[in-house]
Amino acid sequence: MTVTMPAPILTGRLREHGDSHTLERYLATGGYATLRKAVTSMTPEQVHEEVKAANLFGRGGFIMPAGAKWGLLRDAFPRYVVVNGDEGEPCTFKDHLLAERDPHQLIEGVLLTAYAVGAELAFVYLRGEFALGLERVQAAVDEAYAHGAAGSGIFGSKTQIDLVVHPGAGAYICGDETALLESLEGKKGFPRLKPPNYPAVIGLYGAPTVVNNLETLSNVPWIVENGGEKFAALGGEGSTGTRLVCVAGPVRNPGTFEIELHKTSFRDLIFDPSLGGGLADGRDLRFFIPGGSSSPWFGPQHLDIPYSKVGADTAVGVLPDGGGTMLGSGSVVAVDDSACPVRIAWRLTKFYAHESCGQCTPCREGGSWLEKAMRRIETGAGLADDVKTIMDVCRGIAPRLAWPPSQTTICPLGPSIPMPIVSAIQMFPEDFERHVEEGRCPYVGSVPA
Amino acid sequence: MPRLNREMLERAKSTIALYPQKRSALLPLLHLAQEQDGWLTPDGMEHIGELLDLEPAEVLGTAAFYTMFKREPTGKHLISICTNLACMLAGAYELLEHAESRLGIKSGGTTADGAFSLEEAECLAHCDQAPCLQVNYRYFDRVGNNEFDALVADLEAGRRQSDVPPHGTLSRIKRTAPAPVVPTPAGDAKPEPVAAPAPEDPRAPSAGVRPKKRAR
Amino acid sequence: MTATVPDADDGAREDLPAPEETKPPGVPVTIDGREVSAQPGELVIAAAERSGIYIPRFCWHPRMEPVGMCRMCLVEVETPRGPALVASCVTPVMEGQKVSTQHTSEAARAAQEDVLEFLLINHPLDCPVCDKGGECPLQDQTLAHGPGETRFVEEKRHWAKPIELSSLVLLDRERCIQCARCTRFADEIAGDPQIDLISRGDHLEVATFPGRPFTSYFSGNTVQICPVGALTATPYRFRARPWDLDQTETTCTACAVGCRMAVQSADNRLVRNLGLGGEVIQAPSSTPFSHPVNEGWLCDKGRFGFEATDSPERFDTPLIAGAPASWGDALDRVSSAISEAIRLHGPESVAVIGGARLANEDAYAWARLAKGVIGTDSVDAQLGDGLPAELVLGLPRATVDEACNAGAVVLMAPDLKEELPVLYLRLRAAAQAGTPIIEIGTAPTGLTTHAVASVRHRPGDSGSIVDEAVRLATDAAKGGPVVVVGGRANLAESEATQAATILRLMSGVAGAKFLPALRRANVMGALEAGLAPGVLPGGAALAEGREWYAEGWGRVPSAKGRDCTAILRDAAEGRIHVLVLLGADPATDFPDRDLARRALGATPMIVSVATVTDSTTPSAHVVLPAAGWAERPGTTTNIEGRVTPLGQKLTPRGIAWADWIIAGELARRLGSDPGWASSDDVASEREFRVSNEAAPQRLGVPADVQSPTAPDDAYSLRLVVTRKLYDRGTTVRHSSSLAPLTPTAQLRVHPADLERAGIAGGGLGRLRSARTTFQVETVSDPGLARGSAHLYFNIADAGEDAADLIDAETPVVEVRLESNS
Ligand SMILES: Cc1cc2nc3c(=O)[nH]c(=O)nc-3n(C[C@H](O)[C@H](O)[C@H](O)COP(=O)(O)O)c2cc1C
Ligand code: SF4
Ligand code: FES
Repeated sequence: MTVTMPAPILTGRLREHGDSHTLERYLATGGYATLRKAVTSMTPEQVHEEVKAANLFGRGGFIMPAGAKWGLLRDAFPRYVVVNGDEGEPCTFKDHLLAERDPHQLIEGVLLTAYAVGAELAFVYLRGEFALGLERVQAAVDEAYAHGAAGSGIFGSKTQIDLVVHPGAGAYICGDETALLESLEGKKGFPRLKPPNYPAVIGLYGAPTVVNNLETLSNVPWIVENGGEKFAALGGEGSTGTRLVCVAGPVRNPGTFEIELHKTSFRDLIFDPSLGGGLADGRDLRFFIPGGSSSPWFGPQHLDIPYSKVGADTAVGVLPDGGGTMLGSGSVVAVDDSACPVRIAWRLTKFYAHESCGQCTPCREGGSWLEKAMRRIETGAGLADDVKTIMDVCRGIAPRLAWPPSQTTICPLGPSIPMPIVSAIQMFPEDFERHVEEGRCPYVGSVPA
Repeated sequence: MPRLNREMLERAKSTIALYPQKRSALLPLLHLAQEQDGWLTPDGMEHIGELLDLEPAEVLGTAAFYTMFKREPTGKHLISICTNLACMLAGAYELLEHAESRLGIKSGGTTADGAFSLEEAECLAHCDQAPCLQVNYRYFDRVGNNEFDALVADLEAGRRQSDVPPHGTLSRIKRTAPAPVVPTPAGDAKPEPVAAPAPEDPRAPSAGVRPKKRAR
Repeated sequence: MTATVPDADDGAREDLPAPEETKPPGVPVTIDGREVSAQPGELVIAAAERSGIYIPRFCWHPRMEPVGMCRMCLVEVETPRGPALVASCVTPVMEGQKVSTQHTSEAARAAQEDVLEFLLINHPLDCPVCDKGGECPLQDQTLAHGPGETRFVEEKRHWAKPIELSSLVLLDRERCIQCARCTRFADEIAGDPQIDLISRGDHLEVATFPGRPFTSYFSGNTVQICPVGALTATPYRFRARPWDLDQTETTCTACAVGCRMAVQSADNRLVRNLGLGGEVIQAPSSTPFSHPVNEGWLCDKGRFGFEATDSPERFDTPLIAGAPASWGDALDRVSSAISEAIRLHGPESVAVIGGARLANEDAYAWARLAKGVIGTDSVDAQLGDGLPAELVLGLPRATVDEACNAGAVVLMAPDLKEELPVLYLRLRAAAQAGTPIIEIGTAPTGLTTHAVASVRHRPGDSGSIVDEAVRLATDAAKGGPVVVVGGRANLAESEATQAATILRLMSGVAGAKFLPALRRANVMGALEAGLAPGVLPGGAALAEGREWYAEGWGRVPSAKGRDCTAILRDAAEGRIHVLVLLGADPATDFPDRDLARRALGATPMIVSVATVTDSTTPSAHVVLPAAGWAERPGTTTNIEGRVTPLGQKLTPRGIAWADWIIAGELARRLGSDPGWASSDDVASEREFRVSNEAAPQRLGVPADVQSPTAPDDAYSLRLVVTRKLYDRGTTVRHSSSLAPLTPTAQLRVHPADLERAGIAGGGLGRLRSARTTFQVETVSDPGLARGSAHLYFNIADAGEDAADLIDAETPVVEVRLESNS
């Protein structure tokens, strides 16, 4: 298969221009014309219609069409728009690229969204560690106000939309939309109970709230400019448009690529010379993590699956109770045969144990239990029963180890914990055995004991 | 120990004005306190509590949830080495070990002169540049042992002041846009019993459980 | 004997009317195959429990917002996509829903067992030395369903052992299961979020801010609702094991709210009090008094004040001139002094002060002794710090539930958080649920931030804001009923002014009801029994009941007698020859300390019927030791008029007697034996007297209260004096855990007045009144009305207390603040 790349929707400006983050460059490349057109000659409903027609699914991991989601807002005001720029899923690094390199595109998308749903105040919640992103987006917000694109009377219309940039402070869980709202309210990032706290119904300050991923909203200017149908013509099988995919791991050419959904396969992403470029040092692909750390792993047999919702859903995956995987956060990590799958699974477990908010017993206690047990195996102190115990503990967190897994916790972080571990156990049982038998990790490198 | 100084207090007040509800300013204010002192002093947290009508315990409880808020004196340069998947596969733990011996401190520690703190970080979202690290949340790409030593030497010599402000300073851009016209929040007022179907699951019950009223 | 230990999880159980009687039409659901009629919006866990199916839980508490954190209560529900596990504590019932609990669903059972195993991996195995051992929901669950042995071979989480959240509450973090009940209680119920969860994931722990202990007045509730032994209370720690406890249900008399509690003892010593009513999960019924007023909560004074029963300063024998004496000698001494006084000076030369400590039966017995045997009407259960009995008894009374559900509440009372703490909790919750509170007063209170309007006036000027308050209340109530919660908002201001304002408020709003904010334990029962001038049992007027009671008792005073202030005034002038103090301590408790001192000094015979040494003891000629709280049966009446039984858990100290016995014995010696053999006898006599057809009518709404003349403003500041929960009163002074909590005195002043006095910003100042001058620490409080200054009562040393400034004769005490320099 060869990759046919359409003209990029999101990354054209930043690929071509070093100063893509400035208002000057943004205006020179047609920026804010769409917003001007919208507030002066389109109704909010018309803007909303275009996004609906685009069938733009959310890029934050849960594949909910944005236009449909906006339609679920409870009929009450004020309303808020909140950008989820918390990007903390391991090996996902596309949102801050957009924030740093094309903040005006994001801002225009946010303003159009707020206009469409009737919100007068929007927040850009950016992960705290993104210092450059925070500076760039704040500078862009200030420029947008100065240009008349934000604040009161946008471009001479009666439209009033304010923007506030809000920094996080280091907590992956704040990527969950309800935890993010708690955090934005100045609280701990404890995810809220759903039901009843669906943001569209009871969101920020209890008001109806749109929460969308940063990339999702960055698409909106193009969609409103070019029409939803044109967007929907890209991609296939319900996965429309393009998506930024982060290819990482020991490939020749790691990076963020804008690809057309469904028309591109995982093989393309990892091996195509214009994309991942294949594994470095001539090594072989052993497995890949197709959708961020929470997604069940895939093996070489899955390489030709199209990169789309349908592709991921219908694949025959590796989990004991069935199901495929997810596109998740838009990250693909390729792993070669020199890396230890046990160590990888341990490291991701350590990540979840560190990032669990601690509300739910299974996630709080199960996560740290699994981390300790996996570390023991990886460092050579594993016991014969460990794999069985670990599987039991995994089922204690997610009784059905399928994709999607069953959930006994408040948010989906809990059931994410078993995914890498169970994938590793299912795909590479012999690796666990060797660790236990040899009393050490059979691969090079080590982790702190 | 210091409360917010006059400049920070002014910035705190204009930050509070950005939000429909005061408490929303808590994280930004904690960043401000950290910008002033390099860490969160008890007095700073108490002062923020006063500004936001919060008990000091609530300020602490919130601050302590977040990794970036340091409750102990932290080095002028906080070096955060990502050891998550991509960086680990590119040798991050070896880099961390090297960093520990170069700085003479363990991960989580601070040098006696207060110049450096070192920590192991979760994925910093720079995986295509693995192994990567941040100094005061500014990125450094593909850092090997030699690059690390050179970076430390530069920081010690004050050669990176323009791109690496002291720890605590997150964004150097101060908002110039006017404060929002803040809508009256539906906020603490209890939302009416919700009749609308919950979006993600139209069959899910929605009445009965009220949203959490306050922070926990 | 073994006690049935109340489910320390939710508070102990009390017999309640069957829920079916009051239930609105229900939502049909099926739980474990059983048809259950749930209430709309009810949570599955509650609906199941009401139908007899107990779903285990740790974080859920019926009196707090559900959070679904522990995940112990997982059950299986049918969804269109097949069965799903949900937390039953956060899932409201839906019509036709099918729920399978651990009893019928293998998945639910397995999930619960997994959660239990998770909770145990880091939990220490120290049950044998844990205070909670034997009454621990975690232990019970583990014994019933837990994994036999642990598969957890990793190292357990380690924390430094118990840390003090406060001097009353200790935290063992290794035992904590992160259910957040304590932190949620502190925030949601008490409004004192001084503890919070810090960190995250498996580092989550409960903590205070460094140097800021958990000083909430309600902190003990967190110990009671902690589902494990993580929180322990210092007064109980290691005192007893649950299986050695013996318990009875009773009512707290640390104030007049009437909180129901289980009092527990080991070896004839009280060791613990637990609030009752927390487990009530049905919808509130429309029957008044159907559930405990406290909804499971207690304040720390009520919870830990039991320590006073164990005070070494308890009286265990009668004393004559300070020396131990027999009951016979002591009673002879008292009765002959009384007969002598009557003979020489008439019955009104004998006066009785106090009685709010007594049970209803005791109060009746003493009313009969004073009015029907001695013949004096100079009897007063209040110590010049309350409201006129006619007002309290005569106004149409509201219940606490009525106040909480009122269209609007008008508050003209002292700080309820300090004086009636659990009423404060109830009104705070009501305000949060939308009941508008309009506060009238001179100084901010615990409810100020919850009030929709706070109208400030200077001390003595409450009359000036009545119209505004009436307007605000009428607007806020939107046609709903208005409840006036009224008490003595200022001890440095005459009773008459405040009574007049309350009466005008009441008559300003049609149909308003009154909830008295009087704090003394059974003050309502005492007034009702006739321990007030001009009142006879059943709250009848002396004039109305004269015939009926003369017939039953033999005699009745001929005219209305004097109240406490008038008694002391006359005593100071030598006109009282026998003064009986019924658990009253005028030397520190009467607002005008100088008058009290003069009265005590000039009275030839002072009889103190008391449980424990107080400041008046040195002045007493005879001390008669009385049985204390938990040492005698009887009933008590709360501010609402709700009558509840008092439980007896201990035998009285030494040879102390219940107060009714003392009254009966004195009556017999005075030639009129009432023939009582038990407190039940007293109760039957009272029932006969007050319920009989021929019994007099209750008092009606008083016509008017004389309002005194306005103050003359000779000094710059008018004084506001209110009480503090932890004052130097007997309960606190004799409770070793509470006594250290009494704060040091501070004068709160409006910043502008501070500046005028030359002490801008606060600091040491000199306070001068017509009575005395002393040094005081001042603090600025912009919440005060300008021109007023606030002090707490009875918290400072003699000579430097608010009580030393108060002059009962002036309409408002005026003071001047001067800088020290
Ligand atoms: C543990 C967890 C972490 C998440 N992290 C992110 C994130 O970093 N960025 C993001 O956009 N969505 C994240 N999500 C998904 C959000 O909850 C939410 O679905 C999304 O922001 C909605 O936006 P979208 O519809 O545009 O995708 C996360 C969800 C969970 C449960
Ligand atoms: S509020 Fe009053 S009656 Fe209730 S527990 Fe506290 S002191 Fe006792
Ligand atoms: S009782 Fe339901 S989750 Fe804790």
